[in-house]
Amino acid sequence: MDRMPKWADALLVPLISLIIAFFISGLVILAIGEDPIAAMKLMIDGALGSTYGWGYTLYYATNFMFTGLAVAVAFHAGLFNIGGEGQATLGGLGVAVVCLALPWPHWSLALGAAVIGAAAFGALWAAVPAWLQAKRGSHIVITTIMFNFIAASLLNYVLVNIMRPVGSMDPASARFAVETKLPRLHEILGLVGIPFNNRNPANISLLIAMAACVLVWVLIWHTRLGYQIRAFGKSEKAAVYAGIRPVRITMYAMLISGGLAGMMAVNNVMGEAQRLVLNSVEGAGFIGIAVALMGRNHPFGVFLAAILFGFLYQGGAELALWTKIPRELIVVVQALVILFTGALDNMVRMPVERVFMAFRKAK
Amino acid sequence: MTITQKFLGAAATLALTTAIAHAEPAVIFDLGGKFDKSFNEAAFEGAKRWATETGGTYKELEMQSEAQREQALRRLAETGANPIVMTGFAFGDVLNQVAPDYPDTKFSIIDGFVEQPNVRTILFAEHEGSYLVGMMAAMASKTGTVGFIGGMDIPLIRRFGCGYAQGVMAAKADAKVIANMTGTTPAAWNDPVKGGELAKSQKSQGADVIYAAAGGTGIGVLQAAADEGILSIGVDSNQNYMHPGKVLTSMLKRVDNAVYDAFTAGEALETGIINMNLASGGVGYAMDDNNKDLVTPEMQAAVDEASAKIASGELVVHDYMSDNTCPALSF
Repeated sequence: MDRMPKWADALLVPLISLIIAFFISGLVILAIGEDPIAAMKLMIDGALGSTYGWGYTLYYATNFMFTGLAVAVAFHAGLFNIGGEGQATLGGLGVAVVCLALPWPHWSLALGAAVIGAAAFGALWAAVPAWLQAKRGSHIVITTIMFNFIAASLLNYVLVNIMRPVGSMDPASARFAVETKLPRLHEILGLVGIPFNNRNPANISLLIAMAACVLVWVLIWHTRLGYQIRAFGKSEKAAVYAGIRPVRITMYAMLISGGLAGMMAVNNVMGEAQRLVLNSVEGAGFIGIAVALMGRNHPFGVFLAAILFGFLYQGGAELALWTKIPRELIVVVQALVILFTGALDNMVRMPVERVFMAFRKAK
Repeated sequence: MTITQKFLGAAATLALTTAIAHAEPAVIFDLGGKFDKSFNEAAFEGAKRWATETGGTYKELEMQSEAQREQALRRLAETGANPIVMTGFAFGDVLNQVAPDYPDTKFSIIDGFVEQPNVRTILFAEHEGSYLVGMMAAMASKTGTVGFIGGMDIPLIRRFGCGYAQGVMAAKADAKVIANMTGTTPAAWNDPVKGGELAKSQKSQGADVIYAAAGGTGIGVLQAAADEGILSIGVDSNQNYMHPGKVLTSMLKRVDNAVYDAFTAGEALETGIINMNLASGGVGYAMDDNNKDLVTPEMQAAVDEASAKIASGELVVHDYMSDNTCPALSF
């Protein structure tokens, strides 16, 4: 069968979808009486126009890389993990417990332990729905989304009753020790002589997220487990026939997924806030779904989509600050992007494919 | 000197002063929202008053979630806004981190306590204002039982409740105070449905005057009280107008003045701790056309007397936050 070239599939189609999404967003902005060109310029300026903006864009992108990878891994196993939000919340708890438990002498040691803590707590939170799915057939979409609420309540309880320092009114944990402060991106770039704004939260977790992208790529396409996950995701019956055990694959895929979602907390809890606050995830778990959809569940696609969403998030915040355009509108823009790149994919793909076919015939 | 020179000189001075006065002040509203008709809205009123009086402009930002506080604060500081006023104790920890990064920017925090060279901390004596409305509640109550509904269960809100209970006991020693808190997280500032439920439950326990110190949640309390035919007491802003004839009074916390003063001072904002109490007009109770029929002359006289005594220091209202205990009420 004739197919269009890979670059068109991977880049051209999402790009056209994106342009349509932005065009319609522009119409919406026009409809509420604002100038779409000025709004777009403001978003680009705010998110990419300075290293300060870039810092925030990359900081958000780091969050979305982790949650996007989490959704992607589960998706390869045919599991729709909507629980990234809860798993990242628990990951935050893991990071806080690790950082506050011991007087860490150096950030590198604390980072290693925090990554393990975050991944373990996130994986633990994914394990229960995974087990229910594997053993009892309880639908993972329902259970993971419910676990988001349980995670929020649990965090609430822990912060109010256990982790809140004596005398503090704010439901937040104590500050982590200075030694656990992760190197910020400006320090890392400073080593190679690149000047970067020092007042933004982008930190070393970005490199961890990028490494995670590579590792997930290796896992899915170059290991036996990855093959089993993909086979299971494509057809459970065929996988069972091939001797792949469904319970095991469901558990593995979800544990990895939950672990990745949990690792997001290294960025936002340890890298930025340096303490655990309520709602620290800020919806990144859900945005991860969009990121994975847009990135076609490929780690490199997730990487690019995460940066795009980081831009949308930071640009949207700027928009809310300097114009009368409400912050909610950025949710509309994001929704349109998801709609066109995810749900209405074929609307763009088919015409593009036809154009390529026509060219090929002409030759 | 020719007249042209004079003009030029004046124009130059004007240009210079506008350049100096260029930095816009900014205000950040905490969770609960700018239009909570209470705490945050009082801050908004202060900013608005400054803008209409001076013709100046200011920046404003509403918090949507706990995790945004640092970014919001930084972004405003980055843009050169000065001074930056924020409402709510929850900014305290974040401000402690951010303020040293912007030594030339002045910050002002309401309700929070931050010791930094460029921060003005504004604290209110809520217990004093609450004492006065407590007296009025006890005198207006027919059942001898009054209610208190707090927002988030923190020492600050207990200070409201404790002052209120002391006022109630001072006016009617055998009165009963029922106290409830809406929740333990910032979501409790904006839960009018739960506020309404609590008000109904307190009414069923006999309360016929209910004081809400709960930000946006109070809207539900006032509504439920009006529906049930009992009296309520508003908080922070003057809320008497919300249900005319059904809101006994409002405990005023002049957050608007705090914001207005900070904006007026501009970049020359004096830092340090400012206590806004009854004597300095920082707290009080609201009287207007909407509640004049509810407040009897006896009530007015009693409250005025207590008010004068508190202002002169003759009467000391116990401050819950001084030792985390309350002689008049157990939470």
